[in-house]
Amino acid sequence: MSANGTTAAPILRLSGINTYYGQIHILQDVNIEVGAGELVSLLGGNASGKSTTLKTILGIVKPRTGTVEFAGDEVTDKRTSYRIGQGMAIVPENRRLFGPMSVLENLEMGAYLNKDGKARTEDFDRVYELFPLLHERRAQLAGTLSGGEQQMVAMGRALMSRPRLLLMDEPSMGLAPILVERSFEIIKQVHDAGVAMLVVEQNANMALSIADRGYVLSTGRIVLEGKAADLLQNEDLRKAYLGR
Amino acid sequence: MSEQLAQPEHGPAIGQDEWVARHGQRRSLRGGPLGTLETRLLRVPWWAWLVLFLAAMSLLPLFSSSGYVRRVGFDTVLYMLLALGLNVVVGWGGLLDLGFVAFYGIGAYAYAMLDSDKFGIHLPSLVSVPLIVALGAVVGLLLGLPSRRLSGDYLAIVTLFFLQLFQTLTTNGDNAFGHDLTGGPNGLLNIDPLHAFGHDLIVQHRGVFAVSYYYVALVFFALVFVALRLVNHSRTGRAWRSLREDPLAAEAMGMPVNWLKLMAFSFGAATAAFTGTLFAALNGSVFPLTFYFVLLIIVYTMVILGGSGSMPGVVLGALIVSPLLELLRDPGKSRVVFYLAVLGGVVVAFRFSRKLGLVAAATAAFGFVAHAVAGAVDDRWVAGEHAGGAGGALAHWVIVPSHLAGWVPVVSYVGLIAVGLFLTLVPQRIRLVLLVPTLYLAAFVWENVMLVYPEPARYIVLGVILIALMILRPNGLLGEKRVEII
Repeated sequence: MSANGTTAAPILRLSGINTYYGQIHILQDVNIEVGAGELVSLLGGNASGKSTTLKTILGIVKPRTGTVEFAGDEVTDKRTSYRIGQGMAIVPENRRLFGPMSVLENLEMGAYLNKDGKARTEDFDRVYELFPLLHERRAQLAGTLSGGEQQMVAMGRALMSRPRLLLMDEPSMGLAPILVERSFEIIKQVHDAGVAMLVVEQNANMALSIADRGYVLSTGRIVLEGKAADLLQNEDLRKAYLGR
Repeated sequence: MSEQLAQPEHGPAIGQDEWVARHGQRRSLRGGPLGTLETRLLRVPWWAWLVLFLAAMSLLPLFSSSGYVRRVGFDTVLYMLLALGLNVVVGWGGLLDLGFVAFYGIGAYAYAMLDSDKFGIHLPSLVSVPLIVALGAVVGLLLGLPSRRLSGDYLAIVTLFFLQLFQTLTTNGDNAFGHDLTGGPNGLLNIDPLHAFGHDLIVQHRGVFAVSYYYVALVFFALVFVALRLVNHSRTGRAWRSLREDPLAAEAMGMPVNWLKLMAFSFGAATAAFTGTLFAALNGSVFPLTFYFVLLIIVYTMVILGGSGSMPGVVLGALIVSPLLELLRDPGKSRVVFYLAVLGGVVVAFRFSRKLGLVAAATAAFGFVAHAVAGAVDDRWVAGEHAGGAGGALAHWVIVPSHLAGWVPVVSYVGLIAVGLFLTLVPQRIRLVLLVPTLYLAAFVWENVMLVYPEPARYIVLGVILIALMILRPNGLLGEKRVEII
């Protein structure tokens, strides 16, 4: 399916997705694959369908035709909570933390579907090990954290559910340039820990620099796909997104 | 998770600026003996507060043997229960439920049907009350089912319709397919008092309100408070709050959003039904119109005033509003409330500065001069009786004519509102000068218009106090500060 072919068995596969909002045809025959342990970037400008793709993957929006397969299981008609339970997790756009709740409570909500207390303790340990700062700030209200720290909480919250696939919606949005860089370092760090990721971004340069592969969406169609290194060299993409 | 504090070994961590880094420090730095006291108080566990509160509340009958005062105390505890129930739906679930008091009514009517001569059923209270709580929870679920995909305005409309439906059914239930189920507008009478182990819990003891019901209500309150507190600090409670903060993010965490909403509805409804049983058992009668908009608005007022989402807050709200509404019934007492509220407003506006003294002195002088001048021009202008009787300086300060021309109440009342609005538009210096006659006009309107119509005046005063408080404390008295994610 992918031009380059993924070596590992795909954890996520969208095949022939067509999504509509009312009569408006948003996603047009979208095919995307994310292999196990792979970091894939989904690029695209405003109104290109990036968020709709994410919503389709999560099941918040249902496609009219096409299938969503997750970990070898067809989930097209399954509800969001089922997919989360199967190992999807999302770091939403603008982080969307629960502001008046503490860092600890935010993390706990990420593990909402995990009722096993002991396993949850392990999850907390894992997240705190990755982000020691969150342990330090665990009693602080999430809304009072700075932007970068909130990004960590959002990542930590998503990791609490032991995701097999982490979806990231515009992680660079609303962050200062220095924080964007740090934010992508965090993403790389989490990816190195073995989590497959789909990073949806406008910041093509940054997103491709850490990704294995990339897709480019434009007005609801995949117009380019390939290895991240190749995409970075692609003339069209450079013109469209990198301004060079 | 380990309790040990992890120290970051690396330099300034990601996004950790100086302001955030010193956050913890700044909190404990709140200085002086007051700061120390605050930290100490914050460390007192919640159940200690509850015990203290219950102890204080149970002292009330010792201070007054008046049946009226005890009755007001009982009603206040009922309001506290209702506020706690509404807080689950509105404060925690974030659902605008305008049908809440219908569940209260359902509880009361169910008790009336299960424990009265109406159908000849006399279940022991230990059976009927838990049964009714379960019924409330189930009806709450049923109302929630069709409403669970609705939010905001739509949910409000559906629940409002439910309240109206309850009204219609109870009012017309005296002829349901030829059977009399609810007694219609005349309600259900001769309801049993609470009874268990073959004993009745009497309502009147030698013609005075028996204090036992007050204590039973306090026990009910303690039960509900502890139960809801446990729920709020469970996973479900936190899920409710996260749902209120951001439904989409909550859904993306895999939370069963619809089910959580239903649960909030159900918990609130069960609490209201529980309270309804007490109401019916004490009053011995239930009527449809008890469970209507006025009650709904009062309970909402308590929740909003106290701080939606905070359990101590909504209890405090009930504790303030319920006695306040009683005080405002009596012209003499409502006069005290009114002047204290005005004084409080002026103090808040100017703090304890020279301006405050200036305005107060000028207003006092203005009144006496105006009264003297009016008296000199025509005796009848100051010959009126103060409603509820007011002696002392007040009688020589506010003009109360013996006869008011028909246009005076309307013009003065509307004029007061217009002047109040006008004051917000003019420069500060002019406002200070104009404030004096405005305050006097307010007193005039109060004595001549409001006190003559005490029932609307009650709610107007309550509304004004509420507006003032909402400006001062937008989240209610004990409400959590809103933390916006930017």
